[in-house]
Amino acid sequence: MGQQGPILSVEHVSKEFYGNVVLNDVCFELKAGEILGLVGENGAGKTTLMRILFGMPVIAETGGYKGRICLDGQEVRFSSPFDALDSGIGMVHQEFSLIPGFTTTENIVLNRESMRPSILNDVFGDRMSVLDRPDMRKRAEAAIAKLGVKLDPDLLISEMPVGHKQFTEIAREITRTKTRILVLDEPTAVLTESEAEVLLAALRNIAKLGIAIIFISHRLREVVDVADRVVVLRDGLAIKDLPVAGVSVRDIASWMVGRTVAADAVAGGEGREFGDELLKVEGLWVDMPGETVRDVSFSVRKGEILGFGGLAGQGKLGIPNGIMGLYPAGGSVGLRGKGVPLDSPRAALEAGMAFVSEDRRGVGLLLDESLDWNIAFTAMQVQGAYLRPILGGLFKIRDEAGMRKLTEEYVGALDIKCTSPKQKAKELSGGNQQKICLAKAFAVKPDLLFVSEPTRGIDVGAKKLVLDTLHRYNREYGTTIVMVSSELEELRAICDRIAIVDEGRIAGILPPTAELPEFGLLMSGLAARNAREAVNA
Amino acid sequence: MPKSTPNIKQFVTDFGWPRIIIFFFLALLFAAAPFVGVRMDASISDVFNRFGQNGLFVLALVPMIQSGCGLNFGLSIGIIAGLIGSTLSVQLGLIGFGGFFGAVALALPFAVLFGWVYGKLLNKVKGEEMTIAMYVGFAGVMFMCIMWLVLPYTSPTMVWGYAGKGLRTTITVEGFYRQVLNEFLAIRIGPNFVFPTGMLLFDGLCAYLLWLFMRTKTGTAMTAVGSNPDYARASGISVDRMRTTSVIISTVLGAVGIVVFQQSYGFIQLYTAPLAMPFAAVAAILIGGASVNKASMVNVLVGAFLFQGLLTMTPSVINSALHTDISEVVRLIVSNGIIIYALTRKTKVAK
Ligand SMILES: Nc1ncnc2c1ncn2[C@@H]1O[C@H](COP(=O)(O)OP(=O)(O)OP(=O)(O)O)[C@@H](O)[C@H]1O
Ligand SMILES: [Mg+2]
Repeated sequence: MGQQGPILSVEHVSKEFYGNVVLNDVCFELKAGEILGLVGENGAGKTTLMRILFGMPVIAETGGYKGRICLDGQEVRFSSPFDALDSGIGMVHQEFSLIPGFTTTENIVLNRESMRPSILNDVFGDRMSVLDRPDMRKRAEAAIAKLGVKLDPDLLISEMPVGHKQFTEIAREITRTKTRILVLDEPTAVLTESEAEVLLAALRNIAKLGIAIIFISHRLREVVDVADRVVVLRDGLAIKDLPVAGVSVRDIASWMVGRTVAADAVAGGEGREFGDELLKVEGLWVDMPGETVRDVSFSVRKGEILGFGGLAGQGKLGIPNGIMGLYPAGGSVGLRGKGVPLDSPRAALEAGMAFVSEDRRGVGLLLDESLDWNIAFTAMQVQGAYLRPILGGLFKIRDEAGMRKLTEEYVGALDIKCTSPKQKAKELSGGNQQKICLAKAFAVKPDLLFVSEPTRGIDVGAKKLVLDTLHRYNREYGTTIVMVSSELEELRAICDRIAIVDEGRIAGILPPTAELPEFGLLMSGLAARNAREAVNA
Repeated sequence: MPKSTPNIKQFVTDFGWPRIIIFFFLALLFAAAPFVGVRMDASISDVFNRFGQNGLFVLALVPMIQSGCGLNFGLSIGIIAGLIGSTLSVQLGLIGFGGFFGAVALALPFAVLFGWVYGKLLNKVKGEEMTIAMYVGFAGVMFMCIMWLVLPYTSPTMVWGYAGKGLRTTITVEGFYRQVLNEFLAIRIGPNFVFPTGMLLFDGLCAYLLWLFMRTKTGTAMTAVGSNPDYARASGISVDRMRTTSVIISTVLGAVGIVVFQQSYGFIQLYTAPLAMPFAAVAAILIGGASVNKASMVNVLVGAFLFQGLLTMTPSVINSALHTDISEVVRLIVSNGIIIYALTRKTKVAK
């Protein structure tokens, strides 16, 4: 491997968006079969760099880039992702690009469907070939097997849990026979740790086949585990480029933020006293595709932080979505002893609950509107905030100044990277969008806050910031929090109790200080099965 | 770094090449007008007049675009409500401002009712609104073709003289409310130039009210529904109700728009006359730079002005130059060409 030249070299690449410099003279090289970890804070320019490499149209639309990108020593300048695909670059985007109405198989072999000649071929030529479905299915299954995961080839994308969508995307990229360079932009953000493990193992296998991989992740442990080399971006500069051997997570983190990072997040569960029961849920079922909740009962006391963990697809995400009225649900939910109807987001919000959705681009954001709209909207609609009377009180219209002030406040508090409160939400980096979603929920000053995957896609520094913020709201304003997360570590860091969801039911509730194997046992469903067997025996 | 180049570039991308080209074309037509014997003052007066006549139709498209219902190709529904109001006003013999505002007031209940039904219907066909809207518009106009014949109107100004029943295709509003807005505070310069102050004030008032409305809580919710219905729903907004509201407002503005049009034009046009009107309005707002899911007051203003300017100047200059009447052909080519151009760019704007 050693002596051959790089297959990809990025030379002095710079990019600015309307004067805002995002990449500054970035250089690195990639050899066949090498796994390169690309890390950096939110907004450091990782996604932008990959978009340039992949010829995404946004780049040309916003003025192109400076510098050169060479494949096998030849300069390339892709004008569309199709050119990039033709040159053997595959990309798994930070945001999904699957067709919701198609099945797993159809998405995996999309545009490269297996064809079978039909009688019409003689007359009309190749275009009349029919799809060879059994063969397509076989290819899809092979790709899924290569990843070492369980996916139903016939399930519609729209009915899948996010984790499965992610595997489908990756499977799609590795079935392309030409692929030589595979770019994965935060592929593990939506996966639980165990699923991520499976993916990392798959990546190692792919790399052995001689495919070069660029791997972007905010979970630095994974980067250290899987990458051969790591490139650290900070404010658009590639400040480090070195082999991973001998580098620790702590080192990378401090390079990323430019100072040393405190190792541990806030400590949770110091055996606090809580107020009365705030939320009582009984017999909850939720029909959320891919995250079905079957029968869940729990209660939360005022001032408490309750965590929900569990594997993807087991139903933990369905719980807040059902209670907030976003998916059909049944059972009884009471807040302060008063019943809350289950099919009305408005009633849930008015009762004093708020929700940060895990689906930030789908339900979390108004991508085409400005940041101040995004943050103030819910508070305005539910509580009539940020309105001012005009024409002697005849009408009330938006209080733009108030919205601006609110936005500036949160931009400061959550350290959101943006050019102004009037910037469009779609122009922010993924992690900064996540912070906007949090700000929106904080702005309604809820009594009970549901947060779903609050740190998905955000960098180490920001993660600590978000967890600290949740912690602070809990301690200072007494906000009760129900947090759903795939990352056990962050649940253990701030929750008072952690419920593990398995097959749509609560498998057990543990204190954050419980041993890891205990959590593992509950997640794997073994505990439940053992219990069942004990009953049967 | 030189700051001016990106600014000009930014301006051009914001304002858009089509608008700049049309603007220069229009300027060219004005420059050429005197040479082919078209009077400048009469032309400018004409442009203002048509701008005022049609402005409300263009404005009527804004709420539905903002709420995600797309371009209101079924604006004819609102126009029909306006026609019912104006014929009733004439039937009742209301005159002057009473006639005009009487027509508006009588049209409103119909507009609200029609808009409500039309809105409910569009909620059932999310994603196909524009196609369905077009059919609804056609169906409404055709249905009314029958109704105009059988409704028991008796005013001699309106019914066919020989049969004594059934409404005529064109009814004059002379002696009722012709030009009441146009003449209000009108400014005359020479024999050929009239500035229709009253009508433009009235248009301006409507635009201001809509502008205010879009800034209220409901208006903000409406825009959010158009921008991301899932987000709006999660914030406790009833998506369907917002969409229906936007359709009602659009229909009401269409109804008011046709009454304004009549008082300036001088006639009530019935039967198939409302068919073409939505297309002209759609073309105007698209020229003004609106997309299928975003429109602003600036788009309305610029679009109505450019489009009506083009419609006024192209035929008169070309007719005088060629000595034939091809004005209708030019109008059709320009408006439909623009609609096609804008719709093919739809995906690009949406992403
Ligand atoms: N279309 C755009 N218009 C303007 N600015 C943009 C656009 N896309 C990205 N940016 C800006 O470029 C910067 C880098 O964004 P990028 O998405 O590359 O960050 P990232 O490193 O991928 O961050 P994250 O870890 O949060 O995904 C951000 O500050 C972002 O606001
Ligand atoms: Mg990114």
